[in-house]
Amino acid sequence: MARPDAAVAAAAKLLRVAVLGNPNAGKSTLFNALTGLSQRVGNYPGVTVEKKVGAMASSAGRLDLVDLPGTYSLAAHSPDEMVAVDLLLGQAPGEPRPDALLAVVDASNLERNLYLVTQLLETGLPVVVALNMMDVAEGRGVHVDAAALSERLGAPVVPTRADRRIGIDALRAAIAAAAAGGLPPRPAHRFAPPPPIAAGLALLREKLAPGWAHARGRPVHEVELLRALVDEGGHAEARLIAALPAAREELARARAAARAEAPLSALEAQGRYRYLRQLTAGCVRRDPPPRQTWTDRLDHVLTHKVWGALVFAAAMVLLFQSIFTWARPLMEAIDAGFGRAGGWIGAWMPEGALRSLLIDGVIGGVGAIVIFLPQILLLFLFLGILEDCGYMARAAFLMDRLMARVGLSGKSFIPMLSGFACAVPAVMATRVIENRRDRLATILVTPLMTCSARLPVYAVLIAAFVPPTRLLGGFLSLPAVTLLALYLLGIATAVAMAFLFKRTLLRGPTPPFVLELPTYKWPAPRVLAARLLDRTKAFLTRAGTVILAMSLIVWALAYFPRAPGPAAAAIHDGRPAAAAAPSGIVAEGDPALLDAARDAAQLEQSLLGRVGRAVEPAFRPLGWDWRITVAALAAFPAREIVVSTLGTIFSLGGDVDEGSADLQAALQRATWPDGRALFTLPVALSVMVFFALCCQCGATIATIRRETNSWKWAWFTFGYMTVLAYGAGLLTYRVGAALAA
Amino acid sequence: MTTLDQIRPGGRARITRLAASGALGQRLSEMGLVEGTAVRVVRAAPLGDPLEIEVQDYFLSLRRAEARFVEVSETGSHGAP
Repeated sequence: MARPDAAVAAAAKLLRVAVLGNPNAGKSTLFNALTGLSQRVGNYPGVTVEKKVGAMASSAGRLDLVDLPGTYSLAAHSPDEMVAVDLLLGQAPGEPRPDALLAVVDASNLERNLYLVTQLLETGLPVVVALNMMDVAEGRGVHVDAAALSERLGAPVVPTRADRRIGIDALRAAIAAAAAGGLPPRPAHRFAPPPPIAAGLALLREKLAPGWAHARGRPVHEVELLRALVDEGGHAEARLIAALPAAREELARARAAARAEAPLSALEAQGRYRYLRQLTAGCVRRDPPPRQTWTDRLDHVLTHKVWGALVFAAAMVLLFQSIFTWARPLMEAIDAGFGRAGGWIGAWMPEGALRSLLIDGVIGGVGAIVIFLPQILLLFLFLGILEDCGYMARAAFLMDRLMARVGLSGKSFIPMLSGFACAVPAVMATRVIENRRDRLATILVTPLMTCSARLPVYAVLIAAFVPPTRLLGGFLSLPAVTLLALYLLGIATAVAMAFLFKRTLLRGPTPPFVLELPTYKWPAPRVLAARLLDRTKAFLTRAGTVILAMSLIVWALAYFPRAPGPAAAAIHDGRPAAAAAPSGIVAEGDPALLDAARDAAQLEQSLLGRVGRAVEPAFRPLGWDWRITVAALAAFPAREIVVSTLGTIFSLGGDVDEGSADLQAALQRATWPDGRALFTLPVALSVMVFFALCCQCGATIATIRRETNSWKWAWFTFGYMTVLAYGAGLLTYRVGAALAA
Repeated sequence: MTTLDQIRPGGRARITRLAASGALGQRLSEMGLVEGTAVRVVRAAPLGDPLEIEVQDYFLSLRRAEARFVEVSETGSHGAP
């Protein structure tokens, strides 16, 4: 399809080039090299695929590069995989058809990478081939003649080394030329589908294509017909049948006419590989292969029964060490920074709603989230290195057998493990799982893993209520065992829920675990840096929007309405002092304690306090009073807020942390109105179990919404986890109380 | 009839037929497991499953249950130790 008006079109609109390639071909690195940091990230409507667009400067002016997910072919078995096909054919709603395609090809693995290219040649769009990783190919004794290949494919082929930015300028020029008026490729000869497929296609073209085009008001592309015919149970077929119910029989007839000795998909692949061998004959020269490559030798150790397991364990220990320990100083610095900002505002602004809004709402709320940035960045740095050097695929290889028992695959392991640090990056890490159901199941259960934000909650309650009894001859202490049990509770629940989801809600055929184990390579620092920056931006944007909004809502609920007069409120409405200062602290004389008592009184009569009292009956079966209930409700934006809220309620002012002995003492002294101790061991355990299983984390909910592209799954996660948390909290309290009695 | 899951680590074989259809058949074929292709079974994961094989010019991991759909004829068993 020549485009005589290409020059006019080029002047009129922004040119777009779609970037495609196999996973591990270096597509992201190349995309970054071409676009720099000018990337915009969004979602395609209705699917979970991330849409990444970057601007590329060229001699022909600015043009947009659209990064499509890594894929081995155009066959699509889910709406997610169909995004690429739709975009290439101009069928994606609201997305203009690209002007040209950039195919990124791994030169060291040429045939399999060119397989996708043979399909792109049929889309009718100009194609530029980036022959990437030439160095790896040379290292393996594979010499590719780019000029000859270009001639055979009838499309420009540019040798590149994305990690060293070699060949980028030549590639930019080729892309610009192709987009501004390039012609579709003219290969030395075209792929002719094997006779059974050709016969089926002819039948479909005659019987179905006109009806399909009519039903949807758009012409049908030959590529769609091929996909509908060949991909049995695939997405093109489903779409055709949805538009034209009679197509089901017609398809069956066409496939029967093909009367193939092997499945059509196998025939197509066989035909294409044969075609490729002929087309590229003479373009590739191979030295006799070296006995063992580095990857071979490394894999011999890294996937070994003993050494492999040891290296894996060491890598995971390092991961946790970095998240829990190395991030600490940075987190403390951020915390101190927010504290100083709060102090500064407190010193300069007159007391009032605005000051409270800034200090307690904005700084308190957003600060509680931003403090996790160092952990998130470290986790992503670590995961990025593992992913880019090729180890991630080996970890999936090692763990697949275990994960398969709950119906997931090895690819779910690392995201779930990352959940121990923080569910936010862990949910983002599920992007490596292509299968939609597996990915959703992993996203739904990952927030059950004990993240670092639960630690402050556990730390306070365990220190206050679990006696430091020594077990096993002093080797273990009861508090440590309690902590371990809470971690195990999270893991066991996550595993059980994954099992359940995969058998009910997300039931479907077991997705293939056919995973490429890529050649080991050094990660490119530039790519890692770009990715970290990307994550930081995404995270801070979220902290500045959704989380800020939720923090402000909770703040407003706790701030309004105001008590009629300072400090006097509780005294004037005639309630006993124990209600004003519920922990029983006598607020005489000491101004700090007076302030604290006033805060507590304010919280009690605020909207949040009233809501807490109103819903208290619902939480009474868990052994909670209205104060614990309020603290749990207020912790909706982030679990750890429960600690500072408990601090406020029990008259210590908001500024306490988990190490605070005052808070522990206050909790131990807290009583019911009739003088019984509020926190018994069963109550403390029920609070901890509740927080182990609940989804009190605005950041996680917002991330799930972003990653699944739907509020439905975000609220579903919140809902099922809250139900679980309530049920388990109830059970814990009842069993605990029965045992204690 | 021999299938790929029966080849011991180190063994080499040639694919005679791919019996899988649907998503699995699609994935295996586009990854280059087509009739006439030479494969080498490199190793099994420590827990016995999945397998690692060398095919075309790269390494691929697949479960035994999936390798069962790949019909092969063994061509040798002297490969990597």
